[in-house]
Amino acid sequence: MAQTLSRRFFLTASAVAGGGFSLGWSLPKAQAAENAPFELGIWATIAADDTVTIRIARSEMGQGTMTGLAQLVADELDADWRFVKTEFVTPEANLAAKRAWGDMSTGGSRGIRASVDYVRKGGAAARAMLVQAGAAKWGVPAGECVTALNVVTHTPSGRRLRYGELAADAAKLTPPTDVKVKTPAEWTLIGRGVKRLDTAEKLSGKLTYAIDVQLPNMLNAAIAQCPVFGGKLKSFDAAKIQQMPGVRHVVAVDDNAVAVVADKWFQAKTALAALPIVWDEGPNAKVDSQQIDAHLTAGLDAKEAGLAQEHGDIVAGLAGAATKIEAVYSMPFQHHATLEPMNCTAQFADGKVEVWVSSQNGDASLAAAAEAGGVKLADVKVHKHILGGGFGRRGQQDPVKQAVIIAKQVPGRPIKLIWTREEDMTHGFYRPIAKAKMTAGLDANGNLTTLHARLSAQSIAAYLAPQRMENGVDMIAFQGWTKDEFGYMAIPNLRIDDAVRNTHVPVGFWRGVNTNQNAIFMECFIDELAHATGKDPLDFRRSLMTKNPKHLAVLNAVAEKAGWGTPLPKGVHRGIAQNAGFGSYVAAVAEVSVSPKGELAIHRIVAGTDCGYAVNPEQIAAQVEGSFVYGLSALLTSEITIDKGRVVQTNFDSYEVMKLAAMPKVETVIVPSGGFWGGVGEPTIAVAPPAVLNAIFAATGKRVRTLPLSHQDLSHA
Amino acid sequence: MAKLKLSINGTAHDVDVDPDTPLLWVIREWVGLTGTKYGCGIAQCGACTVHLDGAATRSCQIPAGSVGEAKITTIEGLSPDGMSHPIQVAWLQHDVPQCGYCQSGQIMASAALLAAKPHPTDADIADMVTNICRCGTYQRIKAAIHTAAELTVPATGKA
Repeated sequence: MAQTLSRRFFLTASAVAGGGFSLGWSLPKAQAAENAPFELGIWATIAADDTVTIRIARSEMGQGTMTGLAQLVADELDADWRFVKTEFVTPEANLAAKRAWGDMSTGGSRGIRASVDYVRKGGAAARAMLVQAGAAKWGVPAGECVTALNVVTHTPSGRRLRYGELAADAAKLTPPTDVKVKTPAEWTLIGRGVKRLDTAEKLSGKLTYAIDVQLPNMLNAAIAQCPVFGGKLKSFDAAKIQQMPGVRHVVAVDDNAVAVVADKWFQAKTALAALPIVWDEGPNAKVDSQQIDAHLTAGLDAKEAGLAQEHGDIVAGLAGAATKIEAVYSMPFQHHATLEPMNCTAQFADGKVEVWVSSQNGDASLAAAAEAGGVKLADVKVHKHILGGGFGRRGQQDPVKQAVIIAKQVPGRPIKLIWTREEDMTHGFYRPIAKAKMTAGLDANGNLTTLHARLSAQSIAAYLAPQRMENGVDMIAFQGWTKDEFGYMAIPNLRIDDAVRNTHVPVGFWRGVNTNQNAIFMECFIDELAHATGKDPLDFRRSLMTKNPKHLAVLNAVAEKAGWGTPLPKGVHRGIAQNAGFGSYVAAVAEVSVSPKGELAIHRIVAGTDCGYAVNPEQIAAQVEGSFVYGLSALLTSEITIDKGRVVQTNFDSYEVMKLAAMPKVETVIVPSGGFWGGVGEPTIAVAPPAVLNAIFAATGKRVRTLPLSHQDLSHA
Repeated sequence: MAKLKLSINGTAHDVDVDPDTPLLWVIREWVGLTGTKYGCGIAQCGACTVHLDGAATRSCQIPAGSVGEAKITTIEGLSPDGMSHPIQVAWLQHDVPQCGYCQSGQIMASAALLAAKPHPTDADIADMVTNICRCGTYQRIKAAIHTAAELTVPATGKA
C-alpha cells in the first residue's frame, strides 16, 4: 500500500481508502522501504517513524466505525493518537487467513459492539510484544516496563524507547493470546470524542469512492433492469445503437437486464435510452399499492400469526376491560437512496476476477464476484472503498454480480457499471411495508391492563434469508418488541404477533430496520392511551416501565433535559417516545408547531441514548443527528408506491427527502450506564418520528396513523 | 462532436465531446476530475455543484457546450491545498462529513453563499444550501457555515 508522509497534520487527518489513494507526498522509494511497517499481530503495524496503522475489517459508510475501531485498538496499544492511521483488510486476505479478521459484514449497528472483544485483544497483544521487545533489549523483566503514547518506559531506570524503535524486534515475537484488556478506568482513548480519521480527503474531493475509480483501458456500462420485479429480458435490438458515439458492446445481464458498454458512461447511458428493449414483465405486472394494502389489511385480523411474546391472557383481559381502544397504523415501503448510486467496477482476465466496490460486506462481495465469474474464491480480489452511503442497501451484492457478468463478456478490460438514479430508485431492497392493529384494554381507573399488538408486514427474513425464519416467524419483524427489548413488560396481559404478508417487492434492511415502524406503532398508540385516560404521556409511560429500569432511565434523562412539563412558547408543543434496539436504549422529546393552515415546523429534538459504553461521544451525537434526518424523511415526505408491478418514484423529485431547511435543532444526551456495548448508528432513529407525531397531536388534536405526513391535512382551528 | 475549450480550476482543457453532454460528465469522464459527484442527474440533489464564474451551479443539467468562456471551479480547485478555504477549515473543525459523498457539493454551495453573503443568516443558509445529504449532516453544515463566516472576518473586525 502507498505510504504517506508522516507529518502530524496528515497523520491525524488521513486514512487510506481501498483505492490506493494517498494523501500528501509520496515518500522517495528508499525512504519508503526504510519505513516499511512491521506487523504486530494482525490488527496493527508500526513503522520506524512511529506510524501506527490499524487494520479495519468492517466497512466505513459514514457511521464512523473506522475511527471507533481504531480507538479501541489504539487504546489497548497505548498508541499516540496523533500517529494513528487506518487501512482496510482486504476480503481476499481475510479468506486466505481463514477469516482471522472476523466478520466483515457491516450492518445491524454491529461494527463496534460485535468486534470489541477481538480488536481490543489485538491491540493488547501488540502492546505486549512491544513491551517484551523493550525488556529484552534492556535485559529487564517485562513487568518493570510501562507504555504510554507510543513509548515503552523501563520504570526503575527511566529508559525509554519509541514504538518505532522497537517495532522490528517486536514483530519477530509470537503474538500472545492470553492478554487481558483494560478495565474502563484504564481507558485513555475509548470515551474520547476524537475527530474522525477520514475527514480531510472528503473536503478536497480527493477521496476515491468506488464510482470514481479510473483504470487503464477501462470501459463504462449503463444498465436497464426489467422494471417489474420478477420480470425477464425478452429481447433487445443492439443494431439500432451500435453506431452511437462510444458504444462498444450491448450485452444481456443475467435473465433480467441489458447493459450498454461504451467508452464513457454518459455515452453508455445515452445509447441505452435509445435501445429498443422488450421485457417479459410476468405475472406481477398488474400489482398495485391498493392490492398490497388490502393484502396487509387482511393480515390484521388473520387467525394465523407468529408470536413475538405473550404473557397473561389478552382474551380475558380485553373481555374484562372497562374501556377498549383500537387503532390501525400503516407505513409505506421506503428506499435507501444512498447518494452514491449503485455501482461496481469489475475486470475478468485469465480466469481471475477483480472488483472495486462500495460494499457493506467485503466477504459477500468476494463470494458474489466468484459466483458470477464462475471462478474459485481464491481467484478474486476485492478493492473496498469508503461507501457513499449504505444504510443497509449495500449489504446486497446485485451490482457486483452484474458488473462481473458484464466484464466476463468483455474480458481483459475493467468495466465500470453505474446505475442511473432512476435504476437505483426502482430496483432497491425496500424497507418493508407494514401495518399494525393495536388493541388495548383499560380498567376503570385508566390503567392499561391488556395490550395486543398485531403486525401485518412483509418479512425481510422471508425474502433475504429464509433460513432465519423460525417456524414461519420472522423475529426481525419484532425489533424493539422482543422480551429483551420491550420497555413495557409490566403490562399484565400482553401479546405481540405478526401475520406475515409478503409481496413481490424486494425488501431488505433499512437503517433502523423494523424499529422504525414498531416504535411508531407502539409509541403513538401508548400516547393515544395516555390522552384517552387524561394522563400525562410521560407519567403514563413511567407507570408501565417498572420492570424496565434502563429504558426508564433514558426516558427520564431526555424528559429532564427537554424540560418536560415546563412552559413552552405559544404554539409550540411537545411529544415523547422511547424504544430499545440494536443493544441500546433510546428516547426523544420533540418540540413542534403547526400553523392553522397545517404547516409543520420541528424546532428541537432532545435525544437520549444508553449504549452501555460510549466509545466516541462526538460520533454518537453525529449518528443521532444524522439518523434523525433519515427517519424524519420517511415521516415527512418519502414513500415508495407500486403501480403495474413497478416502483412509481424514480428520482428525488418524486421520492422527496429532507433538506437543511427542515432540520430541527438536535441535542444528544448520552447516558452510558456501562457494562455492555450497544449499537449507535441505528437505535435512535426510531424515536424521532413518534416523538414528532405525538407532538403534532398535542398541537392539532390530529392523530396521524398513515405515513408519510405529506398526505395528511394538519390544518386546525 | 465538438471541440470545446473549458477553463477548469485555472487550466484550459481541450475536450472533444458532444456539446449536449452535461458538464458534470465532461468534468468527470473527459477531464478526469472525480471530486464532483453524480447523485441524481436532474439537478435535485446538488452533489454535482460547481462554480461558474463564482456562482453555484448544478453541473448535471448544464450542457458542456453552453459553458463558453465561463470560469469553472470544482472542489479540487476551491483552495490550492484542498483544505484552506474557510469553508474547508470550518468543515474540518466541525467534523461535518459522514459518508462524505455529498460534501463536495455542500462545500461548493456553501462557499458560493459565503462569497455572496459574508454573514449569512440561518434563513439564507436554508435558501441557498439545498443539497441533499442522506447521512444527515445538516446541523453541522449550518454550524460550520457560521464558523466559516467568522473565520473570514478581517483581523481588525469584530469576531
